[in-house]
Amino acid sequence: MPSFSRILLGLFCLLVAILLLAPTLVVIPMSFNGNKSLAFPPVGFSWQWYENFFSNPDWTTSFSNSLIVALIVAVVATVIGTLAAFGVSRAAARTGGLLRALLITPMVVPGVVLAIGIYAVYLDTHLVGTVTGFVLAHTMLAIPFVLIAVQASLEVFDRRLETAASSLGAGRLTVFRTVTLPLILPGVLSGALFAFITSFDEIIVALFITSPYLKTLPVQIYTSITRDADPTVAAVGTLLFIATSLIIIAGLLLGMRRGRT
Amino acid sequence: MHAPQRSAGAAIEIRKASKRYGAFTALNDIDLHIRPGEFMTLLGPSGSGKTTTLNLIAGFTDISSGTLEIGGKSVTGLPSHKRNIGVVFQHYALFPHMTVGKNVAYPLTLRGIKGDDREARVKRALDMVKMADFAHRYPNELSGGQQQRVALARALVFDPPLLLMDEPLGALDKKLREWLQLEIKRIHRELGTTFVYVTHDQEEALVLSDRIAVFNGGRIEQIGTGRELYDSPATLFVGRFIGESTVLRGSAEISGDETVMTTGGQKVIAHGRLAGGARPVILLRPERVALKRPGADVVSGENRLTGTIAEAIYLGSGSKYEVRLADGTIAVVRGPLGAADFGICDTVDIAFLPSDLILLPDDASADVTLT
Repeated sequence: MPSFSRILLGLFCLLVAILLLAPTLVVIPMSFNGNKSLAFPPVGFSWQWYENFFSNPDWTTSFSNSLIVALIVAVVATVIGTLAAFGVSRAAARTGGLLRALLITPMVVPGVVLAIGIYAVYLDTHLVGTVTGFVLAHTMLAIPFVLIAVQASLEVFDRRLETAASSLGAGRLTVFRTVTLPLILPGVLSGALFAFITSFDEIIVALFITSPYLKTLPVQIYTSITRDADPTVAAVGTLLFIATSLIIIAGLLLGMRRGRT
Repeated sequence: MHAPQRSAGAAIEIRKASKRYGAFTALNDIDLHIRPGEFMTLLGPSGSGKTTTLNLIAGFTDISSGTLEIGGKSVTGLPSHKRNIGVVFQHYALFPHMTVGKNVAYPLTLRGIKGDDREARVKRALDMVKMADFAHRYPNELSGGQQQRVALARALVFDPPLLLMDEPLGALDKKLREWLQLEIKRIHRELGTTFVYVTHDQEEALVLSDRIAVFNGGRIEQIGTGRELYDSPATLFVGRFIGESTVLRGSAEISGDETVMTTGGQKVIAHGRLAGGARPVILLRPERVALKRPGADVVSGENRLTGTIAEAIYLGSGSKYEVRLADGTIAVVRGPLGAADFGICDTVDIAFLPSDLILLPDDASADVTLT
């Protein structure tokens, strides 16, 4: 028979779990709503909002725009962020610290401030509503995440392994390819994932630099919900929830397998 | 299966080499010649320049001034990955994401050796260090001694003419260390490769080496065989660093061909004299000194100093005594079993012939560095 305090603790934990999960879970029943309203609890049952997401060009193009931008950002930010992490961790302590503080600013500065600045520059340079514009802005936002993730794995990386590889006949690039990169790969991959997600669900800057010809998915969700409370939003939310859950579960499983060997 | 083929070892010629880090001089104008196939140990306390010398040979750091030749060719400016030298580190430095087999195959892959040839050479190298059964294991599944054997196989699998070892047994316990010392000695004999070995352990140096270079404060104090260093050290530092010793100090006078030292009110006669008027000290080896009852068993010509026994230690194979002399110096005496037994506080004479003592110039740095 568990003690009273154990039961109390269990109830409290349950409450916190509900608080954390409820806003997400509410979306799922709403996405099967029979009526054309974003109401909870839903009335009736239908797949129509999922059909709408996959057939309405507004939704499909904004989804593919987000996917393209986020994929490019993930690659570019991972390359730049990884190089930056090397520079920061191998520079003299003081220089490295300064550089790191500078590189992290996009994460610290309020998004609106950045968005206004970016918008002003993009107006002059005709980058508003272009893939290049989105990629540039989101890459800047994503670099700090890559930097932090890669730097964490560089910190536990034993540099003496590079010396050993060099003594065995490996040039600097070969050392990086065969020894350093494989050992910091978990950090690089999680950096890439962070970069992808940073871009994929970015809304503040996107609202400023979007145009009717180039909308990303968060912008489309925002305009659709403010304009006509379209329940398709709930269907999109549910799909994204499932996709992210799968990615996280896959990541956990991979981590467990790695931990075993 | 046989060990990797015998290869001609490379000679190393270091002339007037210095290494400076800013205002700090890690290595001060050293000359070192290592013969092909020789087992040379660089011995010294930490910070004496022995590891810096190894890093210069390996190409991990650049020489500040002087020349360095390996196998008759200058290697100044040649990066470490082009020097074709095997290196074994104290911390093993095995690649944790590769199996033992992959680790040993790594230098072969870099040299374009593939397929059956590579497999055969990996197997030979692992056989040589008796680790062939572990080819599919990962380094973190091995003990420290096993990891270091794999590291040795990896450093030798590409038949380098020169192998450098930086305190390779420093992290291992005594039993394992002694066994691996013999393994390393055997492998050196089988291969004919030049070995350069860094250690601060003088016993290890004596066990392994053809010759030993004793480092102190960025300089080489003496290069010689273990016997040369022990029997005729060139400096007080070398005398104290290799083996046990007692140092006698006092006022010295030269009379003819002899140096007479007065220490604690008693006289010690030494043959010969120091050149250049340096202040002499007398170095005694524990096994060259006899312990006698005061005034008993006098041998003509021997020196005798009276003291009291401060410590008597039974070692199994013999006994060790510490004798406090008149001026407070502790003299170490080693005696075989069956010699007269003495107890603490007994008054005794330590006796030694002038031919059994070593006369050296005094050097204050020898004391400072050792404490």
